Amino acid sequence: MDSRRLFSGSFSLKNIHPSVLITAVFLVAYPSFATDFFIFQIGAYSLILGTIALSLMMLAGYGGMVSLAQLTVAGLAAYLMAILGDNSMGVMGLGWPWWLTVIVSVLGAALFSTFIGAVSVRTEGIYTIMITLAVAVAFFYFVRQNYVLFNGFTGFAGVEPPTLFGVYWRDPVPFYYLSLVVAVGFFAAVSYCARSTFGLGLQAIRDNPRRMRALGYNVTLHRIVAYFFSGIVAGVGGVLLVWFNGRVSPGTVGVDVAIDILVIAVVGGMRHPIGPFLGAIAFVLLENFAIDLIDRERFNMVIGAAFLLVVLFSPDGLLGLWNRVRDRLRFRGNAQLSAERVNKDDPASSGSLEKS
Amino acid sequence: MRNFIERHTFWAIVLLLVVVLFLWMIFAVWPDWLVEAFGRKKTFVNTLLNGVTLGGLYFLVASGFTLIFGLMRNVNLAHGSMYLLGAYIGYEVADRTGNWFLGLAVAFLAVAISGVLLQVLIFRRMANDDLRQTLVTIGISIIAADAMLAIWTGTTYQFSPPDWLFGAADLPIISVIKSSGAAVYIKYPVFRLVVLAIAVAVGIGLWIFLNRTRIGMMIRAGVNDREMLAATGVNVQLVFVLVFAIGAGLAGFAGVIGGTALSVAPGEDIRYLLASLVVVIVGGLGSITGAAVGALIIGLAEQFGLAYFPTYGVVLTFLIMVVVLAVRPQGLMGGRG
Repeated sequence: MDSRRLFSGSFSLKNIHPSVLITAVFLVAYPSFATDFFIFQIGAYSLILGTIALSLMMLAGYGGMVSLAQLTVAGLAAYLMAILGDNSMGVMGLGWPWWLTVIVSVLGAALFSTFIGAVSVRTEGIYTIMITLAVAVAFFYFVRQNYVLFNGFTGFAGVEPPTLFGVYWRDPVPFYYLSLVVAVGFFAAVSYCARSTFGLGLQAIRDNPRRMRALGYNVTLHRIVAYFFSGIVAGVGGVLLVWFNGRVSPGTVGVDVAIDILVIAVVGGMRHPIGPFLGAIAFVLLENFAIDLIDRERFNMVIGAAFLLVVLFSPDGLLGLWNRVRDRLRFRGNAQLSAERVNKDDPASSGSLEKS
Repeated sequence: MRNFIERHTFWAIVLLLVVVLFLWMIFAVWPDWLVEAFGRKKTFVNTLLNGVTLGGLYFLVASGFTLIFGLMRNVNLAHGSMYLLGAYIGYEVADRTGNWFLGLAVAFLAVAISGVLLQVLIFRRMANDDLRQTLVTIGISIIAADAMLAIWTGTTYQFSPPDWLFGAADLPIISVIKSSGAAVYIKYPVFRLVVLAIAVAVGIGLWIFLNRTRIGMMIRAGVNDREMLAATGVNVQLVFVLVFAIGAGLAGFAGVIGGTALSVAPGEDIRYLLASLVVVIVGGLGSITGAAVGALIIGLAEQFGLAYFPTYGVVLTFLIMVVVLAVRPQGLMGGRG
């Protein structure tokens, strides 16, 4: 997956790795052979969760800032959709046109994310995770207690996507394609962003903030802008999430769900934007089919154990596991080439997770 | 203290005035205009006492959290699970033996042992990688929460401490003077005062332990420079284990105390984790004094928020955190940035 070549201008069909083509064909053709359950509950849901986790991956993988508040940002967008748009609860529901609601919700979420960033980037490293966790928990308790604006414990229901071009967008197939377009769009944007001046600056700040400050970079501003961008990604994820569920309640933004997003990003791998999507697919499959193996009640135990195993034994997630297996296979054939490839091709291999 | 007055004379005077005002509001019989503005005096004094005792409870939980962080740079996000585990174990023991104090002791010991196991089996393997350690504690807290839900189900448990700890006491504070001239005194649950007393005792005990004993000296030295301490021949790993045992044990201890004062139920782990986080962010990570100050502020803010503007209580706590972070990112008492 060589995004550098893809966006450097000298792009031709020959440069695309066959696995990318296969994945693309599979993703587009998926609804033609899958059942509605697999399209909607597995496909679309994985893409939505992957998008939200992508916003975390962007912050943590490129910026070295592990934020537990990404789901909270998405949740705020979801709540704004219900408050500004229509809902069936009789609380709020200002009835704005859908396009305005979406824009304002996403921007509101991005501003909230910027605010979280501004609060948390003043401190370094491990504080971020604590402050963002505190924000996430506080937001959860706030929406649960507040009945005037957020309708308290019940939350909102009946939040629907608009019917546009004669298509009801909550039907499995249209909704799947909508999620796919959003997910692929952000995937490409993040891949591109990582190679832009801003992205490179952000990664350099992750690795050595002091040196970057000495070089004249505004470290704080870079980090806050990263929070703004990730807020947009998370916000759009939140809009899709509320359309997917049709409802939003304090349970949607609960701490356990916020941690699930972290689990998805860590299990998938934080080195490459494809990681969160891999993690999301694994998570959703496990969530839906773990019932067959164990008690439904003990699902968290499985998730927790999987997460713990990944953190303990493969800190860079499934992606890292795959890379290592591949490298080992190649190593047998051609040790020299493999070593070269790792050095040249993978500048993020001494990544953020060790450093923070 | 004198240093503070000399350096910040203005703030010292403001602080003194606030304290005097509070004392007056506590002990004076309220004139009518004040009752009109603030509601009944009883509400105010009860809220104040609730806030202070809740602060005491928060201090018990957060002191262990901050102690562990101070020495090991380990943000133990499983601290809330340890609190809940202590509460459940204490409940089981107290329920079976009928002895509340035995429950308290066993909870302390059992959770301390679980802390030692964590340190020896897991954290020692990944020293100097604080983000990974934190992620591991998240994984552990997910599993622990689910395991506890499986064992103790979703029921709410209520401790039954000795009778003399329960009941209410008359405080020497007059609430209102009846038209007949008889004074009505404010009643307050004894156990909540006991919580406060225990918190103060634990605070003083920790201070003496850290500042007046040889092991405490080693711990303080470890906080400042771990490598130098190891170089002088101290077995740092042993000190780590000890600190982890005390920190975790305090969480279990607080679990029984908090479970008795309030109740034990799933979800409490998150609540007390949030409390510990906010307390140490406000007070300053790694500082016991900071934990005390932070706990008092957060306890009071939470209770006053609950009493005077119910739906926005959480926001008040959160605002305090944001303001502190904006003004003093290292926390009120945090020395190092």
